[in-house]
Amino acid sequence: MSKTRFFDEMNGYGETTRALYAGVADWLKKTPADILATRRAQAELMFRRIGITFAVYGGNDDTERLIPFDIIPRIVSQSEWSALEIGLVQRVNALNMFLSDIYGAREILKAGVLPPDIIYRNAYFRPEMAGRRVPHDVWVHIAGIDLVRTGEGEFFVLEDNARTPSGVSYMLENREVMMRLMPDLFSAYRIAPVDNYADALLAALRSVAPTAARGEPTVVLLTPGQYNSAYYEHSFLADRLGIELVEGHDLSVREEVVYMKTTQGPKRVDVIYRRVDDDWIDPLSFNPDSALGVPGLMNAYYAGNVTITNAVGTGVADDKAIYSYMPEIVKFYTGQEAKLGNVQTWRCREPDAYKYVREHLDELVVKEVNGSGGYGMLVGPHATRADIDEFAKRLDADPANYIAQPTLALSTCPAFVDDSIAPRHVDLRPFVLTGANGVHVVPGGLTRVAMRAGSLVVNSSQGGGTKDTWIIEDTNSNEGA
Amino acid sequence: MRIRIQYETVYTYATPPRSVIQVLRMTPRNHEGQHVIDWRLDIDANCILKASEDGFGNLVHTFTAMGPIPQLIVSAEGEVETFDTSGFVRNAIERFPPELYLRQSPLAIADERLKALATSMEGDSDHARLHALLDTLHEKLDFDTDPTHGVTTAARAYAAGAAVAADFAHIFIACAREMNVPARFVSGHIALPEDSGVRHAAHAWAEAYIPDYGWIGFDPALGKCPEESHVRVACALDHLGAAPVRGAQTGGDGEALDVRINVVDSQNQ
Repeated sequence: MSKTRFFDEMNGYGETTRALYAGVADWLKKTPADILATRRAQAELMFRRIGITFAVYGGNDDTERLIPFDIIPRIVSQSEWSALEIGLVQRVNALNMFLSDIYGAREILKAGVLPPDIIYRNAYFRPEMAGRRVPHDVWVHIAGIDLVRTGEGEFFVLEDNARTPSGVSYMLENREVMMRLMPDLFSAYRIAPVDNYADALLAALRSVAPTAARGEPTVVLLTPGQYNSAYYEHSFLADRLGIELVEGHDLSVREEVVYMKTTQGPKRVDVIYRRVDDDWIDPLSFNPDSALGVPGLMNAYYAGNVTITNAVGTGVADDKAIYSYMPEIVKFYTGQEAKLGNVQTWRCREPDAYKYVREHLDELVVKEVNGSGGYGMLVGPHATRADIDEFAKRLDADPANYIAQPTLALSTCPAFVDDSIAPRHVDLRPFVLTGANGVHVVPGGLTRVAMRAGSLVVNSSQGGGTKDTWIIEDTNSNEGA
Repeated sequence: MRIRIQYETVYTYATPPRSVIQVLRMTPRNHEGQHVIDWRLDIDANCILKASEDGFGNLVHTFTAMGPIPQLIVSAEGEVETFDTSGFVRNAIERFPPELYLRQSPLAIADERLKALATSMEGDSDHARLHALLDTLHEKLDFDTDPTHGVTTAARAYAAGAAVAADFAHIFIACAREMNVPARFVSGHIALPEDSGVRHAAHAWAEAYIPDYGWIGFDPALGKCPEESHVRVACALDHLGAAPVRGAQTGGDGEALDVRINVVDSQNQ
C-alpha cells in the first residue's frame, strides 16, 4: 500500500468525522451491514427496472450493464460549493470566449499565449467553423467539468468536457432512488434539489434559438441511436425535457431550414441538442459515410436557421493539451486569475517535459491529448513493467500526443463494497449550463467512484461507479434523525 | 489565355428520388494568375441556389430540389482569363495561415511507404525536394484519366500504382506534410490540346507553401507546375473539402452519372 494519506470526504485525515457527515455517520452506525446490502439490492433493482444501462466498448460479454451505484452519499457543503460555482462560471465563460476567438479573430494566437499549431493541428479544431459566429456567442451550452479534491477546500479541475458530456441522467436518477430508499436520511439534511436541471436545460436551449424562430422554439435531441453507449441518457433527457428524441433520418434540410418528420407533416426545428459527434453530424460537410447525421445540416447552421448545441468545433477546447493552458486562457479572457486551479501537467510536446515524463513513467498518469473515457492512458504506479514499456513505445512514437500528470492524492469517500464500508477514491462532475442569459450551475453533479480498492480511475467505462451528490447547508441539524 | 469552360453533370435515376440536396464548389475566384470574366451555375430543377463562402474562402452554392426527380442536370459555364505565373499563387483568398495546412486530413495520410518516399527525396531545399517529389510521382504512377473512377486515399492509390488526378494530389500533399511543408488540395480545370491524350475532366493538383515564395502549385499528374492552362476553383485540406459536388438524396435508386466537360482555349479557336 502506498504511504500517501488521502483526504477522506467523511473523516478528513482520520481524526474526527467532518460535521457535514454527522448524519451519515450516525446512519451508518445504526444500520447493520445486511440492511445496507438489502438497500443496495433494492437500488439495483430500481435501476434495472428503469433500464438505466451503459454500453462498454471493447467488452466481450454483455454490451450493456448497470453502472455500480453506491448507496453512501457524497456531501459538499454550501460554502465549498459556492466557491466552486464561482470558479466554474469563470471557467465556462472563458471557454466560450476562447472558442469565439479561436474561430474568429484569433487574438490569443497573436498575443503568443498559445503555440498556434496546438490549434491548427488539433484534430477537433474545425476549419469549417472559422469566421462563423454562433447565436449569443455561446459555444458550450452544456459543460461537464471534472473536479478532484485533494484536501480541505482544495479542488482542482482534472478535465473539461465541452463536446457532449454525459452522466447527467445518473445525477438525476441517483437522487430519485436515494429519496425513495432512504427517506429518513433525507429528513436529517437540507439538500439542494437537482430535479430542476431539466427545466434549466430546456430554458438554456430555448434561449439560444435563432432569431428567425417564431413563437416557442422547437427543440429536439439528436441521438446516434440505440447502439450508442449513452442512448439511455438520450431517451431519458428527451423525456424529461418533453422534447422529441430524433435520429438523423428523422430530420431533413430544405432551403437551409431543418424539418422534423411528424404525423402532421414536416415541422421546423430551431434548436438541436445533439449527442452526435461533429464528424458524423452532416455527411455533406464531414465524414461522407455517416448515416447518423443530416445532409445539409451545416448549411442550415451557417445560415443561422438552426442552433446546434453544443456548437460544432468545441472539441478543441477540451483537448488535454489545451487544458494545460487553461490558467493562461482564463487570465487572457477574463483578466483574472483562474479561481479553479489545474492539476500540474507536463506537455510531452516540450522537450524538457518529455524527458522528465520519460524518466518518471512509473510515478505519473500519462494520457493521450485527444483521449477520453479513460482509454489510452497509463497509470504509472499501478502499471506492470511490461505495460510501461509498451506505453513508452507509443509515447516515443508521438510525444506531442501525450500529457502527463502526477498521480493525485484524490480524496476518498466511504463506499459500501462487498459487505463492509471502505474508502474509495471519488471525483465530481458538475454540469454547467450556458444560455443567452448567462451561466447556470445546478447545485450537485455526478460523483464517480473507483470501486476497486486503491484505484484512481473513476470512468464508468473502466468499472467506476456513481454516488448521489448532496450540496447541503453548512450547519446541518441532525438532531431530528 | 482565355479559357471557356462548360461543365455539365447529368444524374438520371431509375427510381426518382423524393428530394436531392447538393453542396457545390464550382465557382472560381480571382487571383494573380486568373481573372474570372463571367460565370454561371444552372440547375434544371425548381430550386433556390443559396450562395455562401466556406472556411477556406471557397464560393459555395447549396440547393434542395424537391421530387420526384427522374433527371437532374447541374451545369457550370463561364470564361476565365489566365496568366502564367510559373506556378506561384499570389493574392488568392487566404483565410488561414499556412500552418493550418500541416493538419492531417483523412484522404492524405502518409503510411509507412509514403513516409519512406518523403524522406527519400533529395535536394538542398524544401523547394528542390518538392520538385523531386513532383517528378518521381509523375514517373512512378500511371495517370488514370477515366472520369468514372473515384478518389481513394493517398496510401491506397500509391500502393495501386495508378491514380486519378486527385489521388496524385493527395499523395503529394501527404508527403509534403511529412516533410513539414504546408500543403493543400486544389480542384479545377485544365485546357489541354486535343492531341494531349488526356480526356477533359475535373482536374486536381496540390499547392505547397515555401517561406519567401509563398504558395506554389504542383501538378503531379502532369508532372509540372500549373500553367496558363489551369483554372483554379476551390482549395481545402483534401478532396473532401474541395469536391465540386457533395450531395445526398432521399428515396430513389439506380443513379447514373454522366459528366460532360468542355474546356477550350477561346482565343485561338
